[in-house]
Amino acid sequence: MAFLTTPETNQLARRWADLATAEQVTEQTVGLDLRLTDTCLRDGSHHKRHQFVPQEVRDIVAALDGAGIPVIEVTHGDGLGGSSFNYGFSRTPEQELIKLASETARRAKIAFLMLPGVGTKDDIRAAQDNGGQICRIATHCTEADTSGQHFALARERGLETVGFLMMSHTQPPEVLARQARIMVDAGCQCVYVVDSAGALIMEGVGDRVAAVVAEIGGEATVGFHGHENLGLGVANTVIAARAGATQIDGSVRRFGAGAGNTPLEAFIGVADKLGWKTGVDFLQVVDAAEDVVRPAMPEECTLNRMTLMMGYAGVYSSFLKHAGNAAERYGVSGAQILLEAGQRKLIGGQEDQLIDIALQLKAKQDANR
Amino acid sequence: MTRLTAAIVGPGNIGTDLLYKLLRSAENGGSIEPRWMIGVDPTSEGLKLAAGKGLEASHEGVDWLLKQDELPDLIFEATSAYVHREYAPRYREAGIRAIDLTPAAVGPAVIPPVNGEEHVDAWNVNMITCGGQATIPMVAAVSRASAVSYAEIVASVSSASAGPGTRANIDEFTRTTSAGVESIGGAARGKAIIILNPAEPPMIMRDTIFCAVAPDADRDAIAASVHEMERAVQEYVPGYRLLQEPQFDDASEATQGQTKVSIFVEVEGAGDFLPPYAGNLDIMTAAAARVGENIARSIIAQRGA
Repeated sequence: MAFLTTPETNQLARRWADLATAEQVTEQTVGLDLRLTDTCLRDGSHHKRHQFVPQEVRDIVAALDGAGIPVIEVTHGDGLGGSSFNYGFSRTPEQELIKLASETARRAKIAFLMLPGVGTKDDIRAAQDNGGQICRIATHCTEADTSGQHFALARERGLETVGFLMMSHTQPPEVLARQARIMVDAGCQCVYVVDSAGALIMEGVGDRVAAVVAEIGGEATVGFHGHENLGLGVANTVIAARAGATQIDGSVRRFGAGAGNTPLEAFIGVADKLGWKTGVDFLQVVDAAEDVVRPAMPEECTLNRMTLMMGYAGVYSSFLKHAGNAAERYGVSGAQILLEAGQRKLIGGQEDQLIDIALQLKAKQDANR
Repeated sequence: MTRLTAAIVGPGNIGTDLLYKLLRSAENGGSIEPRWMIGVDPTSEGLKLAAGKGLEASHEGVDWLLKQDELPDLIFEATSAYVHREYAPRYREAGIRAIDLTPAAVGPAVIPPVNGEEHVDAWNVNMITCGGQATIPMVAAVSRASAVSYAEIVASVSSASAGPGTRANIDEFTRTTSAGVESIGGAARGKAIIILNPAEPPMIMRDTIFCAVAPDADRDAIAASVHEMERAVQEYVPGYRLLQEPQFDDASEATQGQTKVSIFVEVEGAGDFLPPYAGNLDIMTAAAARVGENIARSIIAQRGA
């Protein structure tokens, strides 16, 4: 389009198409600068309280696939096996949704997430049997060595692999680089810097991505997964791409955890204007966001007292709904629960501790009456 | 008084912490005399420490131990599942009872306050996992008061207390623990989740136990049973405590139509050899010492009869 400008300075040093392996490239992804993954149907599961029904999944996959998004992630918000008291039970079994998504997608690959300690190798096998092609394994960003057996299995079974270093804001670049090395040595083909709390700010993203690229960039690709809790999702993602990240996560309409994920359609527009090829049709994805994805959302993902607190205090984005539940159940402040979660240095998966925090706040409140 | 002799195989953190517990128990009239500490590395700190406490310490492994004229009555295995699976049959041939602290699961699983008396005659007993030792007592406490259709445990331990074996085999943790939640805890269906938290200073082990019970279940009876179980575990792990009163959430769609019981515990270790935050390791060694004592007493009683 005529109004788009592509100055020379915007050319990316690392392009996905130059780095991808022959098995990873599909007809759709030939020549891409960046490969995008939409995670509405995984991180959005938190916002939806894991209540997706088959028709919503079918419609969203068809719309995103039609717009040209090359990877669509579908799983319970907390990964395979996440359906539980602690994280919330799935309305529709995730394996059923993965199967449905892979039957619906014509071009896109279906990805699934698993967290060692929550899911197991059996869940990975089932997800692949249901059509999942990309296995994304997430650990807290200091615990990469819990993922070895899962990467080994995934590679042995011919799955494409991605590693997630969650809560990356808590560690300096050199620690992330070392953890990325552990994942790559175990069989991971792309390591993501994951800003689970939406707490990273611009250069903080660039430095971390650059350090991971320097360590593993010769053997694997690097990705970035951003959240909106401080309103920086798109900006942080632009910095990540410039620092060498070639796989990018986001959720159309921000449909995700906390204040939502990087709004993918906005990033696609930005990428168009910068001359970065994503293979996604901007006008089509904007329509999909408005006409298909928004109606499936219980409400918009917004910046408010609770979600801002998560970015500010560095709290795992999926704690949002659970903190809200505990606040309501015990008559205490949800924002206070989140602040205390940051104080206690809780990490992803420790949703149970939010109830303990609420009970402590209530005891204090009762004592002051 | 009569005492049985014991060897600890594996002079690492767990084996050394267990040594402290067995020695203290012996001082207080226990039935076990720890006499050997067995390793494979001559530079092992645990072996030196054991030698300093008067044990016979060897770095020549179990093969050396089994060649001695006098054999132990009991072996506490604190190596790895792989090693224990290999040696368990040889212990049996030599007439030695084994208390297995690895996830090898060669023999029946034992949780002291739940089924501690059931397998005193078994040649080999297994201690499940640290998360299992910390949470299965509470599942059992609920299920003895009211039928549990589903139980889920969440164990959070400090990263510093999770060794390379646990890390490389985290699926085995979840599988073994959830099986124990069912078979010993008494839940119709079990699930286990483990989180390694790297916070500094290291966090003390915390566990949450969720149980689904019928909407008309007797809540007072469940709460009383939970408090009683807390006291039973405190007999061998004094730092085991409820953080909150058991919580009851009414049946709803979110609880799949069942009443949700939530129990929050913290496990602070005795600080024998391992630091107090490592309650997850302490509850393993304390439970093993307790089970060993039960087995020893039973053998002594049979010999006397």
